[in-house]
Amino acid sequence: MQIPVEKKREMLWTMILSRAFSDTLSELCKTQGRVPGMMILSTGQEAVGSGVCAALLPEDVIVTNHRSHSHLLAKGADPRALMAEIYCKSTGCNKGKSGTLHLAVPEVNAPCTSTVVGAGLPLAVGQAFAQQYREERRVTVCFFGDGAADEGSFHEALNLASLWRLPVIFVCENNLYAGAQRYEEHTRTRHVADRAEGYAIPGEVVDGNDVLAVYASLTKSRQRALAGEGPTLLECKTYRCHGHSESDPQHYQPEEEIRSWRGKCPIPRLSDNLLAEGRITRDEIREMQAKAEAMVRDAVSFAEASPYPLAEEALEDVWAD
Amino acid sequence: MQQLGMGQAVNQALREEMRRNSEVFIAGEGVGVGIHVNPMFPTTGLLEEFGSKRVRDTPVSEAAIAGLAVGAAEAGLRPVVEIMFNPFITLASDMIVNHAAKLRYLSGGKSSFPLVIRVKTGAGFGAGCQHSHNLEAWLAHCPGLKVVMPATPADAKGLLKSAIRDDNPVIFIEDMMLYFAPGPVPEEEYLTPIGKADVKRPGGDVSLVTWGNMLGVAFKAAERLAQEGVEVEVVDLRSLVPLDTETILESVRKTGRLVVLHEATRTGGFAGEVSAVVMEHAFGELKAPLRRVTGPDIPVPASPTLERFYIPDEEQVVTAVREIL
Repeated sequence: MQIPVEKKREMLWTMILSRAFSDTLSELCKTQGRVPGMMILSTGQEAVGSGVCAALLPEDVIVTNHRSHSHLLAKGADPRALMAEIYCKSTGCNKGKSGTLHLAVPEVNAPCTSTVVGAGLPLAVGQAFAQQYREERRVTVCFFGDGAADEGSFHEALNLASLWRLPVIFVCENNLYAGAQRYEEHTRTRHVADRAEGYAIPGEVVDGNDVLAVYASLTKSRQRALAGEGPTLLECKTYRCHGHSESDPQHYQPEEEIRSWRGKCPIPRLSDNLLAEGRITRDEIREMQAKAEAMVRDAVSFAEASPYPLAEEALEDVWAD
Repeated sequence: MQQLGMGQAVNQALREEMRRNSEVFIAGEGVGVGIHVNPMFPTTGLLEEFGSKRVRDTPVSEAAIAGLAVGAAEAGLRPVVEIMFNPFITLASDMIVNHAAKLRYLSGGKSSFPLVIRVKTGAGFGAGCQHSHNLEAWLAHCPGLKVVMPATPADAKGLLKSAIRDDNPVIFIEDMMLYFAPGPVPEEEYLTPIGKADVKRPGGDVSLVTWGNMLGVAFKAAERLAQEGVEVEVVDLRSLVPLDTETILESVRKTGRLVVLHEATRTGGFAGEVSAVVMEHAFGELKAPLRRVTGPDIPVPASPTLERFYIPDEEQVVTAVREIL
């Protein structure tokens, strides 16, 4: 598949931005009390969100999960609004109601982030149903982890989406760990994608650290969805370089395994490819990195300077008028 | 005036709202072609009028049904989905409790979720406790959900129409015993407001607060007590959330006595909430301790004798009222 160079540069940019974002948060977590809550990062997994979102149009919808930051940034969410929400400040995209875990950014069509494992899939089915019902030319993508494939909601959602040929793409970001369980400790299914067969939909295994492969697969499944042929289950094999959250000591992940996967980092993989093709210079890459770091620094300053919501604002936003 | 069962009244509400707004659709197990064929049932004939695009029979898949509603509502449709029996909401509870109720709040008020989940409920048809279990108090305990439980066909129609037009998730609980109890329903279009209780029978001696199927029991008890010269005021809550505390308190301040009646089990039942509201706001006006008349703390049994024992009857209400007079 021929991928336009501008798309490749866009993917490189969103991966670099996501990495700067997560590296900064990881550092901030080392200072007690600076960022509240449970910090769950996607360090090393950026190719999935970047590849998927680059293949989407702005009107396409994503439903994401607890490991959402890189998906949301790749979908175009404002880093300042995200960071302020992660800091639980009133200027955050959800006014401090969601915090780092439930970031909702409907303005970039990322309306639902669920931290209940597997819950995103039925929600995505509903979004895709609305798209089909209104005969819109857009699709819904649901991001979830390998652990979510063990939930009943996964199976109910795949079955219904297949039955109704809904324009939804189920993207399993298989980072090899569900909590402290390695993949083979929580299921005997060889690949999550194998489960697609049970629902009569295509299932595909993709190298989740190869952003171009992710982009190509998503593009194909998106076209399929738009043609009325229904959902696809795309399993992106990647690796959780950090713990489940930043407080997880990762004692159950072999050091050699972590080291080896760090060597498969998706960012140099793409930038080396672009350099080899003469599509980018080392200076341009350094500029991208500097720009991303500056944006994240600005987002942190914005978040730290922002006020917390007033206590009584807790009572707002429960009900629609 | 037309005489309709509650299922028929629900059917009229669905038809009217589906004709009015093309973004209303219904989905659930057997809402189009079902295993129960009966003109008294709520979705009879809707498939014929609106077609399979808007009347969606789903697999037996409660989490997916509820998730369908939440996702489609966020996208701007107005889903009305059915959970066949109240105990089955446990299978859909993550979508209802963690998503329908919370996602608006989590969005900081950016998204809204205009959905209705119709739930069939009630004991009395011998199906046992996995089909009969009134769980309205569970749902009322989740901020973000409106909980409506009509007692008459007319209220069911007007409340369901309001629920479909409401921008919040509404749990709409229909007692199946009421499908077969016809009552008058106005012919002309009307809406019944959610969150407004209704004094179904005025009286000055004791307030009897109830909802759903127990309204009939309340009426029977009130009739008997009237023969003894005791005037019972029957307050039908209609909605548990929002709760019309004004109407409850106004009645209790007038009568000075309160009995709360529901079919659901006792411990943690919604009578506790009604009682607490009265104790907090009208303790000084109570002339006697309040009483609760509820189902006992047991699963609903199957045998007719046992099931009759479970369902509160007018004798228990009359006794409770006499105790506090």
